[in-house]
Amino acid sequence: MNSKRPVNLDLGKFHFPLPAITSILHRISGIIIFVGVAFLLYGLDLSLSGEDGYARVSELLDSFLAKLIIWGILSALLYHLVAGIKHLLMDMGIAEELESGLLASKITVVVSIVLIILAGVWVW
Amino acid sequence: MVSSVTNLGRSGVFDWLIQRVTAYVLALYTLFLLGFMVFSDVNYETWTALFSQTWFRIFTLLALLSIGAHAWVGLWTVTTDYIKAMAPRFLVQALCGLTMFVYVIWGIQILWGL
Repeated sequence: MNSKRPVNLDLGKFHFPLPAITSILHRISGIIIFVGVAFLLYGLDLSLSGEDGYARVSELLDSFLAKLIIWGILSALLYHLVAGIKHLLMDMGIAEELESGLLASKITVVVSIVLIILAGVWVW
Repeated sequence: MVSSVTNLGRSGVFDWLIQRVTAYVLALYTLFLLGFMVFSDVNYETWTALFSQTWFRIFTLLALLSIGAHAWVGLWTVTTDYIKAMAPRFLVQALCGLTMFVYVIWGIQILWGL
């Protein structure tokens, strides 16, 4: 390879198109969900352990920190779901062109933000 | 080029298929459980009644196994993209694999209350 080619790897100077941002968010949200499953399984375990355990989960979910964690996991899950549905649609040949792909990314962001706000209202 | 000895399906096409099939399972499970929690009055009785149904235990176990496979393909892609050195990459992948294994066994214990 020609080693004299100019190299610019200053990430701050890159312009990331929206589909690139929705893609990296899909990855980040996936990692958050993977870690979040531990919290969800802990809550499920406790809630099914008996009436006391169920009451303890309800009590835990009254705290601000627990609500924040649940909202965080829900946000990652909802975003991952919406962006995932976009992937499944692209498998069917929908929104694969430059313009339609950009539009699909915009829809993904808007729908996710609406769902994440609704989830926040639901949690609190 | 990263060696593909650690990928789940031995081939990219099979990984792609696993990722899609598990995605449909997880999407259906997520929508069902969120729908149940948002649109019905959840209390101890209804919650335990749902999880005592055999079909829902099977659905939940299927979802957990799907999380394992889906997360393996996804995290394998992410780790092979960002962790170039072999030793740390294998270590992170092994930790992910161990976590998935724990999730599945823990889930079985919760569902069937051993």
